[in-house]
Amino acid sequence: MELLEKRATSEMGYVGKPLPRIVDGFEKVSGRAEYIFDMELPGMLYGVILRSEVPHGVIRELDYSSLQKYDFVKAVISGRDVELGNIGPLRDQPVLKYPKVRSTLDEVLAVAATDADKALRVLDEVRVSYEPLAPVFDPEEALRPEAPLIHEENGSNLVKLNFDFSSGGVDRVFEGAPYVREDTYDVPRVAFAPMGTLGAISYLDPSGNLVLASNTQEPFQLKRELAEALRLNPQRVRVFQPYVGGNFGRGMDLYPFEVVACALTLRTRRPVKILYTRTDDFRYSPTRQPARIRLKSATTKDGRLMARRAEVALDAGAYVSWGVFDARVMASTVTGLYRVGEVEFKARAAYTNNPYTINMRGAGNPQMTFALESHMDSMAHELGIDPVEFRLINAYEGDYTTPQGMKAKDARLRSVIGRCAELIGWRGVHSLEPKGSKRYGVGFAALFHVGGGARVYRTDGAGALIKIDDFGTVTLYIGMSEMGQGTVNSLAQIVATELGVPVDWVRVEYNGDVEGRPWDTATHASRSTFVCGNAALLAARKLKRELLRAASKTLNVKTSELYIEGGVVKSRSKEVEIALDKLVRRTHFKDNGKVFIAYAYYDTKTEMLDSQNKGNISAAYVNAAQAALVEVDTETGEVRVLRVVSVHDIGQPINPLGVRGQIVGGVVQGLGHALYEELVLDRGSVVTAGFGDYEVPSVGEMPEIQVDFLPTKDRYGPFGARGVAENGIIPIAAAIANAVYDATGVRITSLPIKRERVLKGLLKDVGG
Amino acid sequence: MLVNPRRITLRVNGLNHMVTVEPRESLLDVLRKQLGLTGAKKGCDMGSCGACTVMVDGKSRLSCLTLAVSVEGMDIVTVEGLSRGELDPLQEAFVRNDALQCGFCTPGQVMSAKFLLDIIPKPSVEEVKYYMSGNICRCGAYPKIIRAVLDAAGEVKRNG
Repeated sequence: MELLEKRATSEMGYVGKPLPRIVDGFEKVSGRAEYIFDMELPGMLYGVILRSEVPHGVIRELDYSSLQKYDFVKAVISGRDVELGNIGPLRDQPVLKYPKVRSTLDEVLAVAATDADKALRVLDEVRVSYEPLAPVFDPEEALRPEAPLIHEENGSNLVKLNFDFSSGGVDRVFEGAPYVREDTYDVPRVAFAPMGTLGAISYLDPSGNLVLASNTQEPFQLKRELAEALRLNPQRVRVFQPYVGGNFGRGMDLYPFEVVACALTLRTRRPVKILYTRTDDFRYSPTRQPARIRLKSATTKDGRLMARRAEVALDAGAYVSWGVFDARVMASTVTGLYRVGEVEFKARAAYTNNPYTINMRGAGNPQMTFALESHMDSMAHELGIDPVEFRLINAYEGDYTTPQGMKAKDARLRSVIGRCAELIGWRGVHSLEPKGSKRYGVGFAALFHVGGGARVYRTDGAGALIKIDDFGTVTLYIGMSEMGQGTVNSLAQIVATELGVPVDWVRVEYNGDVEGRPWDTATHASRSTFVCGNAALLAARKLKRELLRAASKTLNVKTSELYIEGGVVKSRSKEVEIALDKLVRRTHFKDNGKVFIAYAYYDTKTEMLDSQNKGNISAAYVNAAQAALVEVDTETGEVRVLRVVSVHDIGQPINPLGVRGQIVGGVVQGLGHALYEELVLDRGSVVTAGFGDYEVPSVGEMPEIQVDFLPTKDRYGPFGARGVAENGIIPIAAAIANAVYDATGVRITSLPIKRERVLKGLLKDVGG
Repeated sequence: MLVNPRRITLRVNGLNHMVTVEPRESLLDVLRKQLGLTGAKKGCDMGSCGACTVMVDGKSRLSCLTLAVSVEGMDIVTVEGLSRGELDPLQEAFVRNDALQCGFCTPGQVMSAKFLLDIIPKPSVEEVKYYMSGNICRCGAYPKIIRAVLDAAGEVKRNG
């Protein structure tokens, strides 16, 4: 920490300058980047999976003896004949399910074959009969006493996780408050649907170690989880990360099919590849966490928030993965977005026979912010206060500690809202002129999110190893996972700036074999630039100190007189200098010579949530505000987003080009969630099975998107930077829904904002 | 198999390749599995994402919906054919404008843009949106993709 505070602030070098991808740009535009899909190994087998036909049941008969006659079938495994450990944060998910099945995603049997097409065809010959059990698909019904039990051993369908928080006095305030409002919102199940579908390859290395090529974004934890599931010594398990075709959070957990691939490799001693088709990806992937959110707030007559209560019903699906943990982030939004003294948050997650859920970008914050900012908007209108003014009245500025104990330093909630209103040209409610059947409106929403890591594991740290070789090449070894967000580019900028070398001297060793890189907790929660960036900065600083010490001896100049510029050590007092590569060779190539290598481990000074779910989990928090200008066609109900303004307090952007990309990318994804995206389920099975019936935004729907940063610097972030990856997606759905209200008076409480919902609202308006 | 495999010659990136294919096999599968050209991606295999876009006789085609046997003798260009060592100016514009994130859709985006610039050398924003709307980018890099295409066409100021 001492090292961090002594950083030079005058020399910003590459920091703050837009830098196109020097790390992975070439291979991606040329088609040379190798994704799991593209990897082929000699002797590779292809794994196919037979899944449960019923959403809830017991396998009574399982006979695959007919497959043995096919020479292309090399192995068949089922839950009856292999012993594998359970997976998931609560270890409640068997890898291969037997005899009980709990959803139509459930893996019953897997085949490894030399030809995937043929293997798929003969899967029909497997005889499975199920004794169906009564299913339950609604999370609130699942908690009724008469509901069928998904996991009998639990005695109830309630997921035993506690995310509740109470400041203690909510009820008392509600009783005497002059104004109280209650609303209910629904956020549906949506698909991650990154361009790269799910897939994995497992193989044995020449030493007999098991290797899993995975799209994971938590490779170090995955190694342990995988070893545990396979009952192997983790020293004999390696994880390899190829280029990843997008993750958005779904690489945070080990998948059953990844363990299945490994089990097939262990059985056959051959490489095994399992790939999901696009339809598989829609039907058999975990989804974003859907939620029903009930909000109740009290204010004074002049619109000051006095109390807020949120009750959330979550559908875990058949097993618990990280989706349910979205409640944790939802709680911090309920307690941290706007100043409110008395807050209560309650979440009830239930097991059902639906697909299980995992944390998607924003991890619950987009869902909760949609509800909370819609609710705020309704209150403003009901109280007769301008919605921007209402937010400003309740926004904090400066150091602010939320009731949950999260310490936002130099918060700029009021500033981002004010700036946003200014940039969109806000002139008050219903102020835009209609044209024919078209109505126009502007809506606002703000956010509160972590921007300096998130302590959800015991360590929230990352290591960075850095060396400079005899040619002057600086290599940074980093454990973070690059999925396209571009953080590795920023790390190169940080290292080049700190060391005083040209940025193209810096190589970053990321992804690939996990064994060659130091620990990183996981690439999630917008934490890599902050946490890995600080680790890289500390390591570079240590390396620089060593280099200057050696140069001091060689040049016979005091260390304090020396600095590095353009890869050359220079003196402020004498006319001497030495290039870094020459310095390295001189120090290295002699008896008892030394190399320059430095390691730093950075961990944030934060705390885990305590038993009351209170604690300062992040080293920095961010605020942002978004405004959307929409056009609503009152004849068709169609909503078009014409313009988005997104104002952020994220400290010093390391690479403004990459930061804008992250924010705009989030806005585009959030636009899909706001207007189009919803997975349709029929008795627990996903029926929307491709981009043909699951609409996602295309370039044609792009609004004009303006991104603006407040000129701030974080106290602890590398060069003053904070995390940014999730901010774009969080407020956008609420901003659009509020704009639809401003345009038409129709309040949308269920996403997505489909035409029929808008039309229904308009008709009700006419009728009433 | 009801229909026997056929031996055909595919002309890809200027080179002739003799391949044995089943009539049902897509050009995408043959490029990827038999020719080792994995630049074209299988994002959906049903013609709805654009990641597999290649050029056939100068026109952009979804290689997942094109049977390999149907393009025998035609001139096929994949993303690998755009750059031999050095990047094509269009690819450079994608890098310069940071018009990519995970990169999975990028080869398809580049090929669709290539076709657009071949037929409309100086497109408007609306034309870029129209011609590129079949290429999904789930990372949401669209605004930068538009900018990259306009940049390649010389329609935006560099480093502006």
